[in-house]
Amino acid sequence: MEARENLLVVDRLKTQFFTYGGVVEALDEVSFEIRRGEIFGLVGESGCGKSVTTASILGLVAKPGRVISGRILLDGEDLLTKSAKEMNAIRGSRISIIFQDPTSSLNPLFRVQIQVAEPYIYHQAMPKKRALREATRILGTTGLPDPEQKSRSYPHELSGGMRQRAMIAMALTCQPDLLIADEPTTNLDVTIARQIRDLVRDLQREFGTSVLWITHNMAVVAQLCDRVGVMYAGSIVEKSDVRTLFRDPRHPYTVRLLHAIPSAATSGAELEEIPGSVPQLIHPPTGCRFHPRCDRALDVCSVQKPQEVEVRPGHFVACHLFRTREEDA
Amino acid sequence: MTALFECRDLTKYFPVKKLFQEVAKVHAVERINLTIPEGETVGLVGESGCGKTTLARMLLLLIRPTAGAILYRDTDLTLLGGRELRDFRRETAIVFQDPYSSLDPRMLVADVVGEPLAIHRVAYGEDREEMVLRLLERVGLKTEHMYRYPHEFSGGQRQRLAIARALAADPRFILLDEATSALDVSVQAKILNMLSELKSEFGLTYLFISHDLSVIRHLSDRVGVMYVGQMVEYGTSEQVFAQPMHPYTRGLLQAAPSLNPDDRDRRSGDALEGEVPSTVNPPPGCRFHPRCPTRGANCPDVSPELVDVGDGHLVACRSAGKKP
Repeated sequence: MEARENLLVVDRLKTQFFTYGGVVEALDEVSFEIRRGEIFGLVGESGCGKSVTTASILGLVAKPGRVISGRILLDGEDLLTKSAKEMNAIRGSRISIIFQDPTSSLNPLFRVQIQVAEPYIYHQAMPKKRALREATRILGTTGLPDPEQKSRSYPHELSGGMRQRAMIAMALTCQPDLLIADEPTTNLDVTIARQIRDLVRDLQREFGTSVLWITHNMAVVAQLCDRVGVMYAGSIVEKSDVRTLFRDPRHPYTVRLLHAIPSAATSGAELEEIPGSVPQLIHPPTGCRFHPRCDRALDVCSVQKPQEVEVRPGHFVACHLFRTREEDA
Repeated sequence: MTALFECRDLTKYFPVKKLFQEVAKVHAVERINLTIPEGETVGLVGESGCGKTTLARMLLLLIRPTAGAILYRDTDLTLLGGRELRDFRRETAIVFQDPYSSLDPRMLVADVVGEPLAIHRVAYGEDREEMVLRLLERVGLKTEHMYRYPHEFSGGQRQRLAIARALAADPRFILLDEATSALDVSVQAKILNMLSELKSEFGLTYLFISHDLSVIRHLSDRVGVMYVGQMVEYGTSEQVFAQPMHPYTRGLLQAAPSLNPDDRDRRSGDALEGEVPSTVNPPPGCRFHPRCPTRGANCPDVSPELVDVGDGHLVACRSAGKKP
C-alpha cells in the first residue's frame, strides 16, 4: 500500500451521553484514520454512532453528551484540546460538513449567494463584493446551471439536487483539508444522487480534499470510497480498503449485513436475516456488543471486548474468532 | 392468469389555482394502462413526483381519476357505490412508508389492528381480541404487545403493526407504498421475507412502490417504470432489469449504486444529466427527450406509445432497442 500521510487520526474515541435514564455509551473506543486525498466511508445502521462520530470530530457534541476520552488529531494537533474559539476558526475553513437535508441547512431568508459567501467573509476576511463574486464562481464549479442568475435565488426556488450543490459549494469555499459528508444523498432521487456522488469525487480529485463519507448504504460505499469502516453499536468492527471488504468480509456482522441486502442474485429467494435487533446503548451487551446476535459467538465474546486484529495488511477486524486463530497458529 | 386490476387510459390532473381560478394543471398521471395479475407482485419504480403514488391511490379509489377506467375483477370501480364499494374496500389494504405517522399515537395496539375488524363488522368482543392476537403473532409480535401504544415500538415493529392492520380484514390486495424505505437493511430483510411468506400464505396480490431498484427487483414479478406521469416501460422483472429498452430505465439502472466495487470504473461517466422536469409544464412530445442520450429528431414533437417489443415487454420509445 502507498504510505500516504494521515490527515485525521481518531484514536480510541469515547463519547457518552449522561441522560436521566442512565449513561448512553454512544462511542466505545472508536479508532480510524483518514489519509490525505482519500474518501473514507463510515457505514452502519441507525443508531450505531456514525453521526456522534462526526459531532465529536467537529466539537459539536451537544449536552448532555461529552467526549470522555481519546484523541482526534488533525495534522497532529489534538482537536479535543482546542478552545471553543479555536474550533470556530477550524470549522468551515479546515473541516467542513454537508448534511443530509439541504433544506434545513440553508437559511430560507437569505439568497444562496450570500450564504455561500459567508465563509470567505468570516474566515478569509474577504470584502463582501469580492466574496459574492467568488461564491457565484464556486457555485458554477459545483454544476449549478446558470450560476449568475441561480445564485441570486432563495433556497426554496431551487430543487433538492441544486440545494445540495449549493451546500457543497459552501463547504468547499475555504478549500478544507477534510470534508465530512453526512448522508448527503439519502434524500435525493437515484439519478440526482448519482450526479452528486460524481461531483464530490471530481472535486475531491481536483482539490485533493479528504472526505469522510457517512452512509447506511453499502452500495454507495462500494462505488465511491477508497477505504471503509463498518460500525456496529458504537464500535468499528471492521476496517479495510473497499475492494477487500466486499470481496472478503471477515467480521460476522459485515458478512451478514452484506447478505441481507436485496440484489439481482437474491431475486425471489429468501434474504438472510440477522437474528435479534440493534441493542440499546444505555445498557450495551458486555464484551463484544454483537455477541447476542452472532451465530459464531464463543464463550469469551460475552466477557471480553475484542481487540482489532490485522488479518492482512490494512484489513482490521475486531472479533475474537480471529484472535484465537492467530494464537492457535 | 386473471387480472385483478386493469386500468385503461387512467389520467389524473390536479388543478393549480390562483384566486379561485385554475391557472394550470399538474399532469400527475397521464393515460396509463396497467394490468395487475392476481397472485403476482407488481413493482412501480420512478423518481419523486413521477406519479407512482397517485396511480396507486387511484386504483384504490382514494383519488378519483380525471379520465379513464379502473376495472377490479372486471367491474368498473368508478361506478360502484354503497355496499359494493365497502366490500371492495375490505378486499384492499395499504401499508405506508412512515410507520411513525401512519399509526395513531393515542390508540392501543389492540385498537389499531382491530379497527378494520370493527369497521367491516367482522368480529366483536373476545373474538376480535382473539383475532388481533393471532395477527400479532403472525407478524412476529407478542401477546404482551396488545395493550401498548405505538411509541413503545421500534420502526421495524411498527411496520409489523401496520402489516397486521392491513391483513386484519382478510384482503386480496395490498398496496405497499415504500413500505420498507424507512427501515435499516437488517430490519428490511426481515420485513421483505415476511411479506413474501404472507403473500403465498394468504394468496395476496401486491403492488409495491419503491424508489429502491434492488428491493423492487428482489420482490416483483412484473415491473413498471414511470417518468413524469407516464409509464415508459413495463415487463417482467427479468425483462426490465436484464434487458432494459427505454433509455430512462437504462439511466436509472446505471445511476443505482452496485455492491461490486469493480463496477466503478466501467460505469463512470454515463450518469443521466439534468433534472426531472415539472409536471405542471411537462416537455412536449416524449417527456424524456431533454435528458435522453439517444434523442431523435422527432422526439420533441411526437409522444411515443407503449409498444410490445416481444413477450409482453412494453416500451414507450421510438428508438427502443437501438443501442445509444
